[in-house]
Amino acid sequence: MRLIRPMLFGLAALLTAFAAAAVQPDEMLKDPAQESRARALSAEIRCLVCQNQSIDDSDASLARDLRLLVRDQISQGRSDGEIRDFLVERYGAFVLLDPPFRGSTLVLWLGPAIVLLAGAAGLAIYFRSRRRSAADAVALSDDERARLERLLDDRDRRA
Amino acid sequence: MIAELGHFALILALCVAVAQAILPLAGASRRDAGWMAAGSSAAVVQLLLIAAAFAALTHAFVTSDFSVKLVAENSHSLKPLIYKISGVWGNHEGSMLLWVLILALFGALIALFGGNLPPTLRARVLSVQAMIGAGFLAFILATSNPFARLFPPPADGNDLNPLLQDPGLAFHPPVLYAGYVGFSIAFSFAVAALIEGRVDAAWARWVRPWTLLAWSFLTAGIALGSWWAYYELGWGGFWYWDPVENASFMPWLVGTALLHSAVVVERRDALKSWTILLAILTFSLSLIGTFLVRSGVLTSVHAFATDPGRGVFILALLVIAIGGSLALYAWRAPQLKGGGLFAPLSREGALLLNNLILATAAATVFIGTLYPLVLEAAGGGKVSVGPPYYNATFVPLMAPLVAAMAVGPMLAWKRGDLSGALGRLKFAAATALAALAAASALTWGRPVLGAIAMGAAAWIAVGVFAELAGRIRLGDLPLGQSLARARGMPRSAWGMTLAHLGLAGIIAGAAGAALWSEEKIIAMRPGQTVDLAGYSLLFEGAESRNGPNYTSVHGVFAVSRNRTPVTKLEPEKRRYVVGGQETTEAAIRTTAAGDLYAVIGDAQKDGGYVVRIYYKPLVAWIWAGAAVMVLGGLMSLSDRRLRIGAPARRERDLAPDAAPAE
Amino acid sequence: MKRALFLIPLLLFIGLAGYLGFGLTRDARILPSTLIDKPAPDFDLPPLLPGGQGLKTADLGGQVSLVNVFASWCVPCRAEHPIWAKVTKDERLPIYGINWKDKRPQAQAWLEQLGNPYARVGFDPDNKAGIEWGVYGAPETYVVDRNGRVRFKYVGPVFEETLKNTILPLVRKLREES
Repeated sequence: MRLIRPMLFGLAALLTAFAAAAVQPDEMLKDPAQESRARALSAEIRCLVCQNQSIDDSDASLARDLRLLVRDQISQGRSDGEIRDFLVERYGAFVLLDPPFRGSTLVLWLGPAIVLLAGAAGLAIYFRSRRRSAADAVALSDDERARLERLLDDRDRRA
Repeated sequence: MIAELGHFALILALCVAVAQAILPLAGASRRDAGWMAAGSSAAVVQLLLIAAAFAALTHAFVTSDFSVKLVAENSHSLKPLIYKISGVWGNHEGSMLLWVLILALFGALIALFGGNLPPTLRARVLSVQAMIGAGFLAFILATSNPFARLFPPPADGNDLNPLLQDPGLAFHPPVLYAGYVGFSIAFSFAVAALIEGRVDAAWARWVRPWTLLAWSFLTAGIALGSWWAYYELGWGGFWYWDPVENASFMPWLVGTALLHSAVVVERRDALKSWTILLAILTFSLSLIGTFLVRSGVLTSVHAFATDPGRGVFILALLVIAIGGSLALYAWRAPQLKGGGLFAPLSREGALLLNNLILATAAATVFIGTLYPLVLEAAGGGKVSVGPPYYNATFVPLMAPLVAAMAVGPMLAWKRGDLSGALGRLKFAAATALAALAAASALTWGRPVLGAIAMGAAAWIAVGVFAELAGRIRLGDLPLGQSLARARGMPRSAWGMTLAHLGLAGIIAGAAGAALWSEEKIIAMRPGQTVDLAGYSLLFEGAESRNGPNYTSVHGVFAVSRNRTPVTKLEPEKRRYVVGGQETTEAAIRTTAAGDLYAVIGDAQKDGGYVVRIYYKPLVAWIWAGAAVMVLGGLMSLSDRRLRIGAPARRERDLAPDAAPAE
Repeated sequence: MKRALFLIPLLLFIGLAGYLGFGLTRDARILPSTLIDKPAPDFDLPPLLPGGQGLKTADLGGQVSLVNVFASWCVPCRAEHPIWAKVTKDERLPIYGINWKDKRPQAQAWLEQLGNPYARVGFDPDNKAGIEWGVYGAPETYVVDRNGRVRFKYVGPVFEETLKNTILPLVRKLREES
């Protein structure tokens, strides 16, 4: 039974996952500025049934309901932030494709910068330590260098 | 009967793989030539056995043998032959079989063309390769047998998802896997080198062609997938930052870093332990990608039907392969001695910067893909990480990469002359600024990022030509001599030139299509006209048609520009008879300036149709750029030094100088 | 010290493997409800059946109850449906239905054919209440305590196993709460 449940449940979602109809002309708002706001906002709202599309791209019926809701609230004069909050209150933060910046997403948003800085620091240490060991090293004479070259090439050829 | 033979061949292949994993490794440590040589024969036999199993499964698909469960579930007797064949890998079990087939193919290639490798290294590489093979063969046999029978056999099959019945997608998986799985060679070389305890320029020279080959395939595979999504999914998107796409993009990023760092090992004998780590990570990310796609851990529009048992098995394989190799790395890598010294401002330094940024980019994609899982595990609830996150993090990272890309190749090894390089890039900088200004003027009021991207593309493209001109001393020498120098240039240098040029195309195309696209979504009745981006589309009407295994609504649009007829666009909306799924077949007119993209939707009650028309500026440059990139990879692969793989004669102008750089 | 640096990749991977293992233990498609331990949302639905009662926020509470979201087009709803008749009979547990994104004649016929275990059925053709409840598919089942607070949400069809092991023990516990 445990296996059947996700299967049955997933069926409807799967069938509609790819179809491309998305926004229909009859849903659109008259005011072009409001409509383009609605489009931009819906591109950031996740279609919950298809799970990896925005409601703007999805043909699922629930996505249509949410598109209409977004447009309804826009024409009532609500701000984008208010509409987002409205949806998060009901569906959870999962509904936003653009995760909000807060405590629980700190690592997500700062992670790339931390990796970059750690890498850059690692590089700086690498260059400094190599310079120090280079200062310790005794330079080879031209003659020695040529001999070394020959030896290395020989080894490579034999290998 | 044939299906059982295929199953039997697969079991034999597992036995051979186990032998191949043990014998050469033991032989190499005992210096037993016979045991080491057994690895090569085993690799070829393993390939033949898996190929036999694959042929058996293909036979079942082509003859529509619905007593084989996999065929019944994924094929249909009415399906065109090409999709019967591509149906073999259009499902979990068959695609895993393709996976191990390619793995065995690469192993056999090492056995057949690795004659120039030291016998111990070759034996160890083959052994590591066979360990991976044995793990995945066991996985297939234990959890995903493609040859399972179905009784009683149904009269006909369930059909393949119609979205997969498309030439672009028929060839996308084999090409993608050749890349993904091809990186196993770099992995095996890295592990073998850690066992040997020796990494040198020769090692880098041996591993580079295999990495190049895998990288070229992966580039082509990702590009094919994105192209398919563009024309098939019906709204002109080409990249979604979906977990499954990310799963193939992460190995690409790290693999690209590996290609660049291997150059430093080859030329300067430096960055050894870092390069080994990259080689391990590249294939590890391929493995993690395989896990993510097949375990159901992440939701994705592309994921296969999933099963927790499979997830546990693959996770165990991951822990053994990745954990084992990283443990070996922690143990042996500290003993690798660094080689040539160099200043931060040098070719090596530039390649390191490239590595830093590409590794950070891969880490960014990794964090974005897995963060929801980590947060949920920590009890932080569910979040989504979608395209806005990647746009805000990944895209800015590309800025320093692009800036450095034109400069790096102009810096000398060991210690470069930055002001000299910048001096040679004056013209590139001027062109970039001109491109930026022209693009902003043309697209006033649209996202300014688009204009910046055009500047970046121009900077790279002209920078590439400036580097080429400097190399062949164009203008310095008489034209004939310059051309002679160009002909004499190593293929790998041409490879770099092309690959970098390709990236310029991808940047321009992606920015144009993503930021400047225009669209009209309206209900149209026959006889009505819609205008978009200078084109005028007259809807002539729509009719019902019948295809081999679908019915469709077929619309016709007469396209004109300035009252001159240009073309006809004929989009379709198909409904597949067996499964009832619907697909859109967009009609696309491609030009260098942009694509006109038309989609027809449902009929309305009043006799009209919902119509979507998009104009995607420069979008074709994405795939043209990717093609040029792949061409660059293949060009580099054909370089004489790599092909022969003989101990390299170092180039005259790069005569090694052991004196410290500082 | 330097050797420790080379251990970092291994340690990071071990951490990652733990998370991936965790990932295998749960179904990625299931969304937690934001309503848990909060009062049931504001909604007011007209009755589905002629002469029947509609469903609104104030109808919940007073006693522990279940709210079940269903539709006639939903195949898993049909699969779970028989269990609700059993629950009302054996457990004297009221079940309220939200008929979600459905058409009235089909929904009425569906209940007529399969039986109507619901104390009240609200008709929600355009997902008004569904959005308030955060419904993203049918069937969904909620447990509401006597104070009208939502305590549990189950996504997908409820079968014997889930009922016995999860829902009924919770209902008993909630009944004992003051």
